[in-house]
Amino acid sequence: MTISRMLLGAASLAMAAGLAQAESHASATADKRIALSNNYAGNSWRQAMLQTWEEVGEQAVADGMLAAADAYTTAENQATEQAAQIQNMILQGYDAIVLNAASPTALNGAVKEACDAGVTVVSFDGIVTEPCAWRIAVDFAAMGEEQVEYLATRLSDGGNLLEIRGLAGVFVDDEISKGIHEGVAEHDQFEIVGSVHGDWAQDVSQKAVAGILPSLPEITGVVTQGGDGYGAAQAFKAAGRPTPLIVLGNRQDELKWWAEQRDANGYETLSLSIAPGVASLALWVAQQVLAGEEVPKDLTVPFLKITQDTLDDALANTPEGSVANVTYTLDDAKQVIADAK
Amino acid sequence: MSFLARHRIILPVVSLTVLLAATFYMQPRAMSYFGLNLLFNLAVPIALATIAQMMIIMVNDIDLSLGAFVSLVACVTATILNDTPALGLLILLALILSYALLGAVIHALEIPAIVVTLGMSFVWGGLALFILPSPGGASPDWLRTLMTVKPPFAPMAVVASVIIALVAHLLIIRSGIGTVLRGVGGNARSVAQAGWPVIRLKALAYGLAGLFGVLAGMALVGLTTSADANIALRYTLLSIAGVILGGGEFIGGKVSPTGAVIGALTLTLAASFLSFLRLSSDWQIGAQGAVLILVLTARLIFRQKGAEA
Repeated sequence: MTISRMLLGAASLAMAAGLAQAESHASATADKRIALSNNYAGNSWRQAMLQTWEEVGEQAVADGMLAAADAYTTAENQATEQAAQIQNMILQGYDAIVLNAASPTALNGAVKEACDAGVTVVSFDGIVTEPCAWRIAVDFAAMGEEQVEYLATRLSDGGNLLEIRGLAGVFVDDEISKGIHEGVAEHDQFEIVGSVHGDWAQDVSQKAVAGILPSLPEITGVVTQGGDGYGAAQAFKAAGRPTPLIVLGNRQDELKWWAEQRDANGYETLSLSIAPGVASLALWVAQQVLAGEEVPKDLTVPFLKITQDTLDDALANTPEGSVANVTYTLDDAKQVIADAK
Repeated sequence: MSFLARHRIILPVVSLTVLLAATFYMQPRAMSYFGLNLLFNLAVPIALATIAQMMIIMVNDIDLSLGAFVSLVACVTATILNDTPALGLLILLALILSYALLGAVIHALEIPAIVVTLGMSFVWGGLALFILPSPGGASPDWLRTLMTVKPPFAPMAVVASVIIALVAHLLIIRSGIGTVLRGVGGNARSVAQAGWPVIRLKALAYGLAGLFGVLAGMALVGLTTSADANIALRYTLLSIAGVILGGGEFIGGKVSPTGAVIGALTLTLAASFLSFLRLSSDWQIGAQGAVLILVLTARLIFRQKGAEA
């Protein structure tokens, strides 16, 4: 009797403690200030990123989750300038710095200064290697592999693939391509019969694909890196060849073309890329760290996947000339953190 | 002349003081040992690069390759100097010598320095990429310790700036050879007629620039802990602006080492100040330029008043 009562008492105590803890996490960061250190704002992806940050930051401040979420962009894309910017943020007394870095290594000194001063540093997209910082990285190889896996579900007989790569010599290009080749090694019904560099741009891709097409056998699928699917489709059309299954990369022109094809002949494919809204994910991760949550240092960004079912929504929400975006919520961040544990 | 020599340094000092006071007012946290170090530690490599640029401007030339050179030194420091110190030192020595050689070649062939150094900037940049194709490397431990040392009374950044200014001042203003070097910028022909080999003097000036460039690259790696082939590209223009802001002139061998260091600190501080103002980054480059023009205008007015008096 006494034992069961004691147990009950202990249980309710634990529950109360748990509740108190949950409550404190919501308000614990009400007086915390977070700064975004951004190194470059010169393309649509970065503009969308800054806009998402502003929206989510303002909402978080209005909701009393944070005291401030200010964004700073360096005037020039230079590591030394960004290092100075980070040191200024320490002086300004920010509790956390969210960082899209100009260099994975050249900011380590400044990041270390910040950590030593008790500032939480969360890097995303352009991550830093300093061990005291959190990293929200993109698994580009998985993005490449996923394309082949999708093709395997659609084309069970396999066939010839054309690979469109990005900008030669850039780490991202190597990673995605590596993932694609790993995927092909696993699904050996596929064979990559041609590979061109499209530089993540529709016009370059169209030219490159048009150049290689005459020398290629029948193509059943095209694996891409984003920003190149529409150009590839145009090249196939101009050559008078049947449109293969082209994996797309979330650009508005690609989505629009996909919707047109779907309406005309029931075209089906998959589109995937990284959403610029990853900045909002970084914001919430920083908030969670400030709230005292245990967060693993290495987190992975989920890709933004657009399927046949979500195409209309995505297209409607993506401004012309932009890229499909998603705003991450606190719950998304918690999910990402839980997945990494 | 004594008045001129004195007022050359007054304006840079006043600019820095005003800017510092404004920064302290905006951000009282900066007014501490820790704050001053954060505010100024990245100015130390810039100050060294500015002294390097000053050596070249002193002999009426201009160096457009300095940023690429400092980047190359940073890459060597973070890789070879860290792994095999002896070889690294040898390479850095060779880089200084190649700078001296460059000075001699520019003088002997009478080609404009602006063309040669612009060309060399691609050579340095290529070499840097060759040594460190992707960002990385690590700072030698002793260098990191040196750059993060916490001396009593004043933070490292302040102590280092004073030492740099003092050494450069003794070397260029006080020593005999420094006077002759400035003479090369003032009137190379008289210096030659006085029996000095101008080609060797130019080589010496460039060699000194190379030395300070190497020190700048090493100091930078000590702060950042690693390197990147593009890490210091901004230093080319920053160093020229620093020299001019510090009271130097493009021609005539009129330079001020103390002023150059203060100029470098002022430029660094101006960027921080604008950031504390929460000025949008779109305006920051323009505002930085405006600060520069403001100081130069003040200097012009100052000098005209001085000439009248």
